[in-house]
This record gives sequence, structure tokens and C-alpha cells, in this order.
Amino acid sequence: MTDRSKADGDDGSARGSGRAAFRVRGLTKVYRTGEVDVHALRGVDLELFEGEMAALLGPSGSGKSTFLNILGGLDQPTAGTVWFRDHELTAYDEAALTAYRRDHVGFVFQFYNLIPSLTALENVALVTEIADQPMSPFEALNLVGLAGRIDHFPAQLSGGEQQRVAIARAIAKRPDVLLCDEPTGALDSKTGVVVLEALERVNSELGTTTALITHNAGMAEMADRVIRFADGGVVEVHVNAARRPARELVW
Amino acid sequence: MRALDRKLRRDLRRIWLQALAIALVIGCGVAMYVMSLGTLRSLDESRAAYYERYRFAQVFATVKRAPDRLARRIAAIPGVARVETRIVSNVMLDIAGMAEPARGLLISIPERHAPDLNKLHMRIGRSVEPGRTAEVVLNEAFSQAHGLLPGGYLHAVINGRKRRLDVVGVALSPEHIYALGPGAIMPDDRLFGIIWIGREALAAAYDLEDSFNAVSLTLMRGAQEQQVIDDLDRLLEPYGGVGAYGRDDQTSHWYISNELKQLESMGTVAPLIFLGVAAFLLNIVVSRLVATEREQIGLLKAFGYSGRAVAWHYTKLMLAIVTVGVLLGFAGGGWLGRGLTELYAEFFRFPILYFRIEPRTFAVAALISIGAGLAGTLSAVRRAAMLPPAVAMQPAPPPVYRKTLVERLGLDTYLTQAARMILRHIMRRPLRAGLTTVGIAMSAAILISSMFMMDSIEVIIDVQFNRIHRQDLTVALAETKPIGIVRELARMPGVMRVEPVRAVAVRMRNGHRSRRTALIGLTAESDLGRLIDHDLNPVSMPPSGLVLSAKLAEVLDVGRGDRLEVHAMEGRRPVARLPVSAVVEEFLGTSAYMDIAALNRFMAEPPVISLAYLQTDSRLETALYDALKNTPAVAGVTIETAAVESFRETLAENMLLMTTFNVMFAGLIAFGVVYNSARISLSERGRELASLRVLGFTRGEVSAILLGEFALLALASLAPGFLIGYGLAWSMALSFETELFRIPLAVSRETYGFAALVVLASATISGLIVRRRIDSLDLVAVLKTRE
Repeated sequence: MTDRSKADGDDGSARGSGRAAFRVRGLTKVYRTGEVDVHALRGVDLELFEGEMAALLGPSGSGKSTFLNILGGLDQPTAGTVWFRDHELTAYDEAALTAYRRDHVGFVFQFYNLIPSLTALENVALVTEIADQPMSPFEALNLVGLAGRIDHFPAQLSGGEQQRVAIARAIAKRPDVLLCDEPTGALDSKTGVVVLEALERVNSELGTTTALITHNAGMAEMADRVIRFADGGVVEVHVNAARRPARELVW
Repeated sequence: MRALDRKLRRDLRRIWLQALAIALVIGCGVAMYVMSLGTLRSLDESRAAYYERYRFAQVFATVKRAPDRLARRIAAIPGVARVETRIVSNVMLDIAGMAEPARGLLISIPERHAPDLNKLHMRIGRSVEPGRTAEVVLNEAFSQAHGLLPGGYLHAVINGRKRRLDVVGVALSPEHIYALGPGAIMPDDRLFGIIWIGREALAAAYDLEDSFNAVSLTLMRGAQEQQVIDDLDRLLEPYGGVGAYGRDDQTSHWYISNELKQLESMGTVAPLIFLGVAAFLLNIVVSRLVATEREQIGLLKAFGYSGRAVAWHYTKLMLAIVTVGVLLGFAGGGWLGRGLTELYAEFFRFPILYFRIEPRTFAVAALISIGAGLAGTLSAVRRAAMLPPAVAMQPAPPPVYRKTLVERLGLDTYLTQAARMILRHIMRRPLRAGLTTVGIAMSAAILISSMFMMDSIEVIIDVQFNRIHRQDLTVALAETKPIGIVRELARMPGVMRVEPVRAVAVRMRNGHRSRRTALIGLTAESDLGRLIDHDLNPVSMPPSGLVLSAKLAEVLDVGRGDRLEVHAMEGRRPVARLPVSAVVEEFLGTSAYMDIAALNRFMAEPPVISLAYLQTDSRLETALYDALKNTPAVAGVTIETAAVESFRETLAENMLLMTTFNVMFAGLIAFGVVYNSARISLSERGRELASLRVLGFTRGEVSAILLGEFALLALASLAPGFLIGYGLAWSMALSFETELFRIPLAVSRETYGFAALVVLASATISGLIVRRRIDSLDLVAVLKTRE
């Protein structure tokens, strides 16, 4: 933990153990589309700490999604290394990455990505069936305040409800990290708050390391740290003096 | 519209493998149609031209002996155009280097001019010349089987005397395109030959100077064939006529007509199956395209394209695929048709061959294919045309799923979520799942309906040669002999058992229904020649009354206990009303049986026989053949094992070709259906599957969810496939059934197994191809977009 990104001057371990869940060094990702090289990430160095909630802030195209996808084992970098605890993710092959996602990572996406043919409960069970020490699907849904709608199919749920099912599905296996890519992007602000509250609760009650992508500065106030992306690099790391409860957020 | 056309081209390029699979299915259907009908018409025309040019007769009759002057009275029958009288005789042949006795049909031809009817097409050498009584012309197949060319010779037992015959020519005749020996069911060119010999020579040998024993004639246009046959029968009766018959009952003509009939049924049923499957595939592909291009359709309409323009756009996509299929079918069908026509022509040895596919055949094939394409795509195209632009621009409502019946019944405790997904996805579109299943089932059905023939042939062989005719040799006597000759035959080398048989040509009548057949007399103890019941168990010969084969009983519309009028057509020509004592199973021919003693009493003759069934020791067969060849009383020998072999060989050759085609076609159907359905499913559910991958499901687990559905459907298709196949087999057995040949409906477990194997293998191959696409799902891209 010697190197920090340049803007991260003061005590980085605002919360949690201070141990790094992720260590990222020189992370570079170049997409080649036709004749043009697109530099999505240009040598990012960063840590995410166990138990913290980090907000990744930045305009679209700044590289935050690419960064998150690489941390989640969905994508592989062109150069650089990513360590998850003692494991070098960047050395993993496809099968090892799948196992990593299965055992350690929870994802929440902008478009929920629920399985339309499964009910809320079954969508969660989908994950608990292949996890090591999961909570019960019912418990997970209860945690996001959806205990009353477990038998509904996605088509019968509102957007906010669907997203909370997605969160329940992501946390039910007790993941070590929760990666959320604009989880409220498709929701109105009132519904968005409910979803953020669910994330907040998971982070504080289960102590799950959480990375949250948003391009909304207001929303970043609920995080321990705000990591600002621009042009494929981290331009600022800001530690919030105090986390603002989700219900007080406005955007 | 040019921009839209460019879109069309790119759409097609994008789904090229799916489009190709559909085009190939259409192509198969069209090819089958063009090939079958093209070959059928070509052969039909070639045969008609052959018959015409070589003046193939239309009515045939044999008599014991009739004076030449009768020919003038025959010619005077109203409706008769030309008459040709002949002398014909079945003889036993002895060919150097061949142990077995062969049989020959001697047919007289005029020495001084070409025959008026049933002319010969000389292939090698010349016809016979006056005064040279030993000269003969052989039919080409027999000549080739023995390498007997002009300059060669063979021996024949003519009227009890062995005579040397010198080959001077090799010829073909429209009368014997299919040369079938007495008692044979398939041509065997080695054991049976047609031998044309000078009329004078043959008349002298049989003391038939100024007489004839066979007559054939042609009819004037518009003549009533049955009327002429009746008149002819009346004229010939005093001379020992055994009943005239038309071309339809002429063996060679009958066999060829049957072959052509098979082509016709091949050309109608199979193409319909292929086009039905293609319509279904077009339906799912175009439906999916319309669904994914929903927003584009909205956009086009917002820009001012009419609903009709949009409909035409998707119709053109269908037409493009159908056109490729039809063109492939034309090319393939034309090529296969020419090959098949040549194959048949070679097999039949047609001296004249026309190959022509009528423009009509092409036009009909194209129209039916386009019709199938329209039927398949109509609903999707309509949906595109009717979609209001405002609605189209919004994303489609999310798919609605329900719990399946299994789950509502509470039987789901053991279902994993993956199994639930598979079940619910099937149940969300039950019609599509049903049609997919039926589509795959058609593949198994096609296989079963073609391969069951082999099974049936084995049943026929088993029944005819292992259960009914168990003799090794059938010895035909030149004329009836006292039963004592059995002892003489039993003394010959290698003979283990001899059974006496009497065959009498009869006409059986029940009211207006009547049939010519052989009434065969067997002893009650007969063990080589047996009767079997419907369940294939042997039954003993009743001491009196008639035993009819099931087909004959059906044709005459009689059952056990009914009485039939039986007219003997030889000897003293007795007539009696005899009871039917039993009906027995038989697949070949329409035979009737009777106790030999009762038959001889009916004929008012002493105990005589005309045939003998022999069980022999094969180690001594050469000596036995030698003895038989030198027994004047013996007119011919039929070797049953050779009959079985030629039966099996001839059919197996035809079947192998057809089976190869059908395996290809069936495999293509299964592949086409599974590949297209799975690709559509993948496109609909790519996002879902990518989500699962993100959640940590492995490639294998994710593939299992998508392909598991198709594995389930493929497995589910087997039972209906077997059922449809059995139904098709049943209808084919029925359509091929004739009085000479009944096809038992037997489908072996091997056939079912093989059909299942082909279906599952094709489904697996298409599954593996789709699997590669699942493996390369782009997780990130899928998650970033809203569907």
C-alpha cells in the first residue's frame, strides 16, 4: 500500500479494515475497433479496501465501466495487473474467472438482467444453488424489502422492484465484493433511493466491499470514497468525511 | 427502395447459415419432386416409344394347340388391329461350365421376315435364317450373364430331346424388359433366358406344324380391351385356352409399372414433408427478424414507408431464400433425375431413351415452394405491416412466463432453476415447441418410411422361403406324371426328401369377381411346402375344400365357409363349386391350395403330379443337377436359394441408393430444424444467457440451458417421429400393394434405432455449432444494452 493514486493524499482507509480487496497496477485496456485503437484505460493504479463503499464517478467513456468489468472478471486488460486479495486475477483463464465470479462477485446492472422465465425467488435461488455458503433466497429478498413479492415474475414487477431483486440475487451468495454499474440509471429518483438504501444496507450489515458506478456526483455522497475517472484514468480520489444516508440524497 | 434492398442483402449475409439450411431443405423437396417426376415422365415416354416402335402387343393368350387358320377369326374380332401367332415353350437349358440347370423360354419368330408384333431390337449379330433350325437369338441380359455371343452355343431339352442351339444374335424385346422365370419373383439373368428360335424349327420339334400355342394382338384405337379378351377367350376355349390377359397382367409390363409407381409416390409425399418443414423454419426466422427489427420498422414507417413496403421487404427476404432453394432443387433434381433415368434405362435396357423434364414440372415445383414460403411467413409479415410506428419505436413488452403445469401440480421440488427455465421457455411458446418437435420428428419419419422396406423384405423372405417354401429345389415336370415318379426322384443323388405337388391353372369366380391363378395341390403331410396362418404358424392342409391366400380371398371377396366356382383350364376342364376351408398368409402372388388327392379327384384324374419339392444335400448338388438335366420328364428346375439371393440382391441395390439419399435428407431436416430453432432461441435469450455467465455459470452450464431445451425436444420428437414414420410406412405399404406383391408392415427395432441415431446425431451437430456461439457470447456488450 505504498503507492496511491496521486490525488489520494490522506488516509485512504476511511472505513473497513484498511486491507486492500483489490490492488490494481498499470491497468490498460485498448479496444481495437476497425482501424482505430480506443484507449479505455490508460495505466490505472488503485486500491479498493475491504468493506468500503467506493463510488466511481465520471462521464461516459471515462473508463469506469471497463475498470469495473475487469475487477469483476468479465473482461481482461491489455496490460497491467489486478490482484484480488492474494490472487492475481489478470493471470486467470476463462474457467478460473468464471469460478471467481461464481464464488466472490455480486453484480448489479443498469438493466437488472433478471431471467424473465424465473420468479423473484427463483432468480435468487439461481445463484444460491451454485454458491458455497449462501443465505436463503427468502432472506436475501427480505433484506431488500421484497419479501412480499417473491412469487412474481420480472414482467410483473416495477423497475425498482426488479433492481432490488437483482441486488438480492447479487448478495444472496454473500459475495466478497458487490459491483454495481449505474444501478439506478433506468429508475426515477424516488425509486432510485429505495435501491440505494438496499445497497447501503448490504454494505453496512454484511460488510461487503462495494463499488458503485454513477455519473451523478450527488449519489457519490453515500460512499466512503469517491474515485473520479476521466479519459481512461483516475483523476481524483476524494474521501467523504461522512457518508450521507441514501434517503437524504437528491439528484 | 435501394437502401432497403441493401439492408436485405446484409440481413441475408448475417443469417447466411440459417438461410442456407432452409434453402437446402427446400432444395431437397424440389429436387425429390423434379427427380421423381422427371424420371417418371422420361421413363414413361421412353417406354411408350419403345413399345410403339417395336409394336409391343396389348393382349396375350396361350392355348394348348390351335390351328393357324384361327388367326383369321381372331383378327376379325371387333377392335383387334394386328395378330401374331407364335409357339412358346418353357425348356430346361444346359450351358457349358454351369452346374445348375437354367431355364429358358423359347419363343418362335418368323424366319423370313420380322415379327409383326413384339419385334426384336438386334444388339449383336442377326436374326435366324430359314432352314437353319439350330439358330437362336438370346436376350441381352442372359447373353451377358454367360458371355454367350454369336458363335457360341448351348443345349436345351426340347420336347424331351436334348438339342444344341447355336447363338447367331443378341436382342432386346419390349415384351421381356423384365425377364422373369417361372416361379421366380425377381429376374435372375443367369438362371433364366429368353431364346428366340425359328417358327418352323420349333413347330417341327413340338409337332405344331400349321398350329400355334400362343397369340398376341394389338387393339385399334378406342377398342374395349375387356371385350376383346372375352371374345378371344371364347374363340380359344375349344383349343385349350387358359385365359387371355391384357398388358396390365403381363409380367414385364407389370413390374416396370410398379417401379414407376414407386417413383410417383416418392415424388409426392416426400416433397410435401420438406416444404412443410421449410415453411415452419421460414416462419421462425422471419418472425424473429421482425421482432428484432421492431424499432427499425417503426423508423421506416415514421419516415413514410407504407405497411405494404415493409411487408414486401420481408417477403423479398423469404423469396430470396426460396429462390436459392428452388434453384438448388432444380439443379440437383435435374442432375439426379438424369442419373436415375440412365440408371433405370440401363437396368431395363431401353434401346430408346428420352430424358426431358417438362417446364411444367419446374413451374409447379417453384410455385408450390413459393406457396409454402408465403404460408410460413404470412403471419410475421402481417405483423410487420400492421405495427403502428409509435408502438414499434418502443421496446417490446417483456416476455410473460408462467409456472408450468408440472410446477402448479407441486411436482417441482426437484427441479433446478435451470430445469425450470427450460420447461417454462418451452411452455411459453407451446406451438413453436410443438412445431419444432414435429419438424424433428419428420426426420425420423422419413427414415423409417424408407428403411422399413428392408425390414419388410426380410419378413417376406422369412415367410416365403423359410416358412412356406422350404424346399431347396422345385422340379417342374414337362407334363403330369403318375405319382410314382416321386420314387424315381428320391433315388437321385443328394435327394433327402421329395414331396409331390400338382398345379392346375384355374379361373375362380365369385359372382362378377374372377381371377386366374394356379391351384396347387399338396399332401396333408407336406412339410417342404407349407401353409401358414395370419400369425405365421403352420396350419395343416384340410382334406377337402380350398385354401386361399389372404389377398386372393380379398380380391374374390370370400371367407371361410363361402363357396367359389372353380373352372379348371386344363385336362377335361371340370367346373365345380368348392368351399373355402381356410385362408392363409402369403405375401407373394395370389395362390390357392388344395389337398392333392382332392385336387386329382376334382380333375377326375388318377393320382398324378406336375411338380415336386426337393430337399437336397448341397454337397451332392452337381451330381443331382446332372441327373435332372438328363431326365426327359423334367421341364425345369427352380433353385430356391438362388431365388432368395436374387430377390435380396435386386432389392438391396435399389434400397441402398434410396437409403443413402434418405439419411442425407433426414439428417438435413433434423439439422435445419434444430440449428434454426436454437439460433433463434439464442438470439432471443442471448442477454439472459450472458447474465448467467456473469453470475458465474460456466459455458457448459449456460449451453445446457439453451441446448437442453432442444435435446428435450429432439428426444420428445422420437416417439411422434416413430409414429408418423409408422403411419407413412403403412400408407406406402398400402400404396405398393398389388395382387402379386404384398408388403408386410414390419419395422424392426434396428430401423427405429437407426432413425433415432441419425436424428440425435444431426441435432447434436447443430447443437455443437450453436454451442460455439454461446461460448463466444460477449458478456460486456450484452449487459450494456437494453434489449
